[in-house]
Amino acid sequence: MGRYVIRRLLQMIPVFIGSTFLIFFMVYALGDPVAALFGDKAPDPATAARIRKDLYLDRPLWEQYLHYMGQIFQGDFGTAFNGQPVTELMASAFPVTLRLTIVAIFFEVVIGITLGVISGLRRGKSVDTSVLVLTLVVISVPTFVTGYLLQYLFGVKWGWVRPTVSPDAPFNELILPGIVLALVSLAYVTRLSRTSIAENVKADYVRTAVAKGLPRRRVVTRHLLRNSLIPVVTFIGTDIGALMGGAIVTERIFNIHGVGYQLYQGILRNNSPTVVGFVTILVIVFLLANLLVDLLYAVLDPRIRYA
Amino acid sequence: MPEPEPEPGRRPPAYDPLQPGKGEAIAPTGQGGPMDLALDEAESLEKPLGDAPTGPGPQEKARSLWSDAWHQLRRNPVFIISSLMILFLVIIAIWPQLIASGDPLQCDLSKSQQGSSPGHPFGYDTQGCDVYTRTVYGARASITVGVCATLGAALLGSVLGGLAGFFGGWGDSLLSRVADIFFGIPVVLGGLVFLSVVTSTTVWPVVGFIVLLGWPQIARIGRGSVITAKQNDYVQAARALGAGNGRMLLRHVAPNAVAPVIVVATIALGTYIALEATLSFLGVGLRPPTVSWGIDISNAAPQIRNAPHMLLWPAGALSLTVLAFIMLGDAVRDALDPKLR
Amino acid sequence: MLLEVRDLHVEFRTRDGVAKAVNGVNYSVDEGETLAVLGESGSGKSVTAQAVMGILDVPPGRIAGGEILFKGKDLLKMKEEERRRIRGADMAMIFQDALSSLNPVLSVGAQLGEMYEVHRGMSRKDAKAKAVELMDRVKIPAARERVGDYPHQFSGGMRQRIMIAMALALEPSLIIADEPTTALDVTVQAQVMDLLAELQRELNMGLILITHDLGVVADVADKIAVMYAGRIVEAAPVHEIYAAPAHPYTRGLLDSIPRLDQKGQELYAIKGLPPNLLAIPSGCAFNPRCPMARAVCRTDVPPLAQVGQDRASACFFWKECLGG
Repeated sequence: MGRYVIRRLLQMIPVFIGSTFLIFFMVYALGDPVAALFGDKAPDPATAARIRKDLYLDRPLWEQYLHYMGQIFQGDFGTAFNGQPVTELMASAFPVTLRLTIVAIFFEVVIGITLGVISGLRRGKSVDTSVLVLTLVVISVPTFVTGYLLQYLFGVKWGWVRPTVSPDAPFNELILPGIVLALVSLAYVTRLSRTSIAENVKADYVRTAVAKGLPRRRVVTRHLLRNSLIPVVTFIGTDIGALMGGAIVTERIFNIHGVGYQLYQGILRNNSPTVVGFVTILVIVFLLANLLVDLLYAVLDPRIRYA
Repeated sequence: MPEPEPEPGRRPPAYDPLQPGKGEAIAPTGQGGPMDLALDEAESLEKPLGDAPTGPGPQEKARSLWSDAWHQLRRNPVFIISSLMILFLVIIAIWPQLIASGDPLQCDLSKSQQGSSPGHPFGYDTQGCDVYTRTVYGARASITVGVCATLGAALLGSVLGGLAGFFGGWGDSLLSRVADIFFGIPVVLGGLVFLSVVTSTTVWPVVGFIVLLGWPQIARIGRGSVITAKQNDYVQAARALGAGNGRMLLRHVAPNAVAPVIVVATIALGTYIALEATLSFLGVGLRPPTVSWGIDISNAAPQIRNAPHMLLWPAGALSLTVLAFIMLGDAVRDALDPKLR
Repeated sequence: MLLEVRDLHVEFRTRDGVAKAVNGVNYSVDEGETLAVLGESGSGKSVTAQAVMGILDVPPGRIAGGEILFKGKDLLKMKEEERRRIRGADMAMIFQDALSSLNPVLSVGAQLGEMYEVHRGMSRKDAKAKAVELMDRVKIPAARERVGDYPHQFSGGMRQRIMIAMALALEPSLIIADEPTTALDVTVQAQVMDLLAELQRELNMGLILITHDLGVVADVADKIAVMYAGRIVEAAPVHEIYAAPAHPYTRGLLDSIPRLDQKGQELYAIKGLPPNLLAIPSGCAFNPRCPMARAVCRTDVPPLAQVGQDRASACFFWKECLGG
C-alpha cells in the first residue's frame, strides 16, 4: 500500500504541473496583468516596465512559471487586488466553501442513495419511473436556474430562509445553497445507486443469501448494499473536489464569500495571483481526493490490492 | 500482493495503474454531473458490446446491433418525444422567423418589464425587448454551440482515443497524461479564465473552449472501447490472417467500438448547451448582440422579485432543450445496451 | 417421503412470449437418498430446484401449478416467513459457481457464521467459532487462520467446499446441489463429490444432484430423473438406466459419453438443438431429434408411464428402446 501511494503521488506531479501551467499560461499569457493594475488609465511606460521586471513578466513564460511555483512552495501566493495577501483570502474563503461542500455531500448521500436504492429495488415500477424522470429533469435544469428559482421560492416568496448568506456563512444558512450545489450530483448519485443495485440484485451471491434463508432486510443491507455502494462511495469521494471547484455559480447566486466568489472577483479584476493561487489549491484538492478514492476502493473491495 | 483474480461471469473491478478506479473518469466540474453519468454508463456499455460470445462475424454482428437498436428506438416513447423536440428546436434555430415575427434586438425601453400582452405572450424584459422573440431566437446560439462543440469534441476525442487505444505504447501513455491534465482543471473555472480574455462576439471561442475541455472525456471512452473491441477473438483472428492495421481498425474494431462514443456524445450535447448557458450567465460565454438564453437569464436574475417571467421563459426553454438531448442520449444508450434487453 | 414434487409447472414471462420452463414435473427424494436430475441446459432441471428452494426470480418467473411437499407440508401454500425459516436451515442449496455465489466483500467466516446468527440467534463470536468448525469439517486446511479470508483468496475446489460447508451448516434434511462440480478441474471434481457423498451419508440427508455429467451420477446417485423440455422423460434406479435406457433421449445421452473401448470410432451426438421453450414442438418434445420418431410422436404427448418396478418412461416405444 505504501509503495502504491508513493507511486501515485509521483504520477500526480506531471498532472499537477500540466494543469497549473495551463492555467498559468491562460492567465499570464492571454491577459495583461500590468494593464489590469492600472484599470482604464494607460500606464506610464517606464512604470509598467519596472513592474514587469519586478513581477518577472519580462522573462520567458516557463521562467515566470518556475518563479511563481517557487514562491508558492515558500507559502507566498502574492497579493490580491485589494492589497491583501492571497493566503489571507484563502484562509477566509476555503472554510466557507468546505462547509458548503459538506452540506452538499450530506444531501447527496442521504437523499441520493435512499432514492437510488428504493428505485433500484423496484426497477420498472412506478416509483422507479418517477425517480428516473425526476433525475432527468434535475440534470437538465442548469444549476444557475435552479439556484435562482429555489432562492426566489424559499427565500423571497415563502420567506423560509434568508435569500443570501451572511459573510460568516454558518451551516444553517448554507442548507439551501448546499442543496442547489448538490442537485445535479445528487441526481447522478441516485442514478448510479439505482443502476448498481438493479445490477447486483441479479447477482449470484444475492441468490445465495436468499437461499440461506436470510430475512429480506438482511439480504439488502448486508449483502446487496455493501457491494452496490462501492461505485457510489467512490463517486462521492471524487465529487468533493469537483463540488469545491464548481461552487462558483452557487456562491455567486447566494452571495457566499467562498472560493468561487474570490476567484470570480480575481478574474473580473484580472488579478493573476488570486486566480492561479486558488486554482492551484483546487487542483491539489482534486488530485488528493482522487487518490483517497482509490485507496477507499481498496478498503471497500477486498479483491483490489494495490501492490 | 496478489492481483485480483478474474471472475467468470461478473465484471471484475477493472484496475489499470494508469486509470485507477472509476474516479478519474469524473470531471471536476460541478456542472459535469450528466457528463459523468454518460461516461460511467458508457463504460458499462463497452464490455457487453465488445464481447458478445456468439455471432457469425463482425459485419453481421455490427449490423444486427444497429438494426436491433433502431428497432428498439422506434418503439421507445422517450426517443420519439425527444426527437420531435429536437427536430422542432433545430427548425426554429434555422428559421426562427417561422414562429416569431419580431426582431429580437428591437426593443422599446418604455415597455420595460411589462407582463404579457396580446401578441407578446411572454411579456418584455428590462430593456423592453419582447421575451417571446428573444426566447425563440435564443435557440440558435444554443443549438449551434451544442452541435458544433459536440462534433468537434467527438471527432477529436474518438480519433485520438481510438488511435491511442489501438496502437498503445508511448502515444497512449502520453494521451492519458494529457487527458489527466485537462481533467484536473475545473471546467467553469477554466472557462472563466480562458474566455475572459477573448473579445470576439461570435460563438467560436466558446465552441473552441468546450472542444478543448471536452475531447479528453470522449477520448477516454473511445480508447476504452477500442481496447475492448481489439481483444475480441475475431479481431485477433483477422490479425492472424494478416489483416493490416488500417483495415483492422476501420473494418473490425471501429464498428464495434463506436456505440459508447455515440451515447456519450449525445448526452454531452445536452451538457454542452448547459455549459454554454452557464458561461454566458457568468458573462464570459456568448456576448450581445448574440441572443442567448444564458445572457437573458443573467440579466433577468436581479429582477426576479418584480418580474419573474423574464427569467422563467428563457430558463424553461434552456432546460427543455437540455432535457431533450439528455433524453435522446438515454434512449440511445438503452437501445445500444444489450444487457437491458 | 422427505420431498415430493407433484405436477409442477413454472413459466417465465419474456418479451417474446411465455417460456414454459417446467411442464408437470414429478419427483421425490427420501432421507439418505440421492436423486440425480439429468438434462441439457434449458431442460428445466435448475428451475425446478429453484422452485423447490423458493428462490425463483418472481417476476419474470411464475409457478403456474403443482405442489411441493416437504415433510408432508406444501411449501407453495406456506407464508414467505415460514418458508424462509426452512430455507438454509432444513433445506439448503449448493450452487455451481462458488466464486460468484459467495459474497466477494465479506469474509468466508462471516458468510458461514451468518447462518448461525440468523437461524440460531448466536453471537457473532460463537458463530465465528462454528464457522471454523465447519471449515474443518469440509477439510479446509488451516481453517482457523483462513476464516477471515475472502472468497477470491481460495482456490476453486476450496471455494466449493465452503459452499458445501454453508449448505451443511445447520444440518438440513435436504440438500440441492446444482452442478456442484462443473466449474472445477477434473481432479478436484472427484474430491468435492466424494466429500459431498460422505457428508450426506453421515447426516442421512436427502440429496438432489443436478448435473449434465453422467459420469458423476453413476457413482453417487440412487436414482435418476432425466429431463427434457421441462418434463421428466425417464426415471429409474441408477444401475438399470445404465444397463438399458427406456427412452431414446437417455440412450442418446449415454451414447455420447466417450468410451475407451470405442477408440477410433466417431463419437455419437444427438442431432439437432435443444427445443425453444417459447415454442415447444407438439407431441413429444423430443420428436424432431429422435431417431425413432413416428407419426404419433408428432401429435400426442407421451405420458410418463410405468415400465417396470420403480421405472417410468415417457416414450410410446419404450419397449423397442429397451430391447434395441
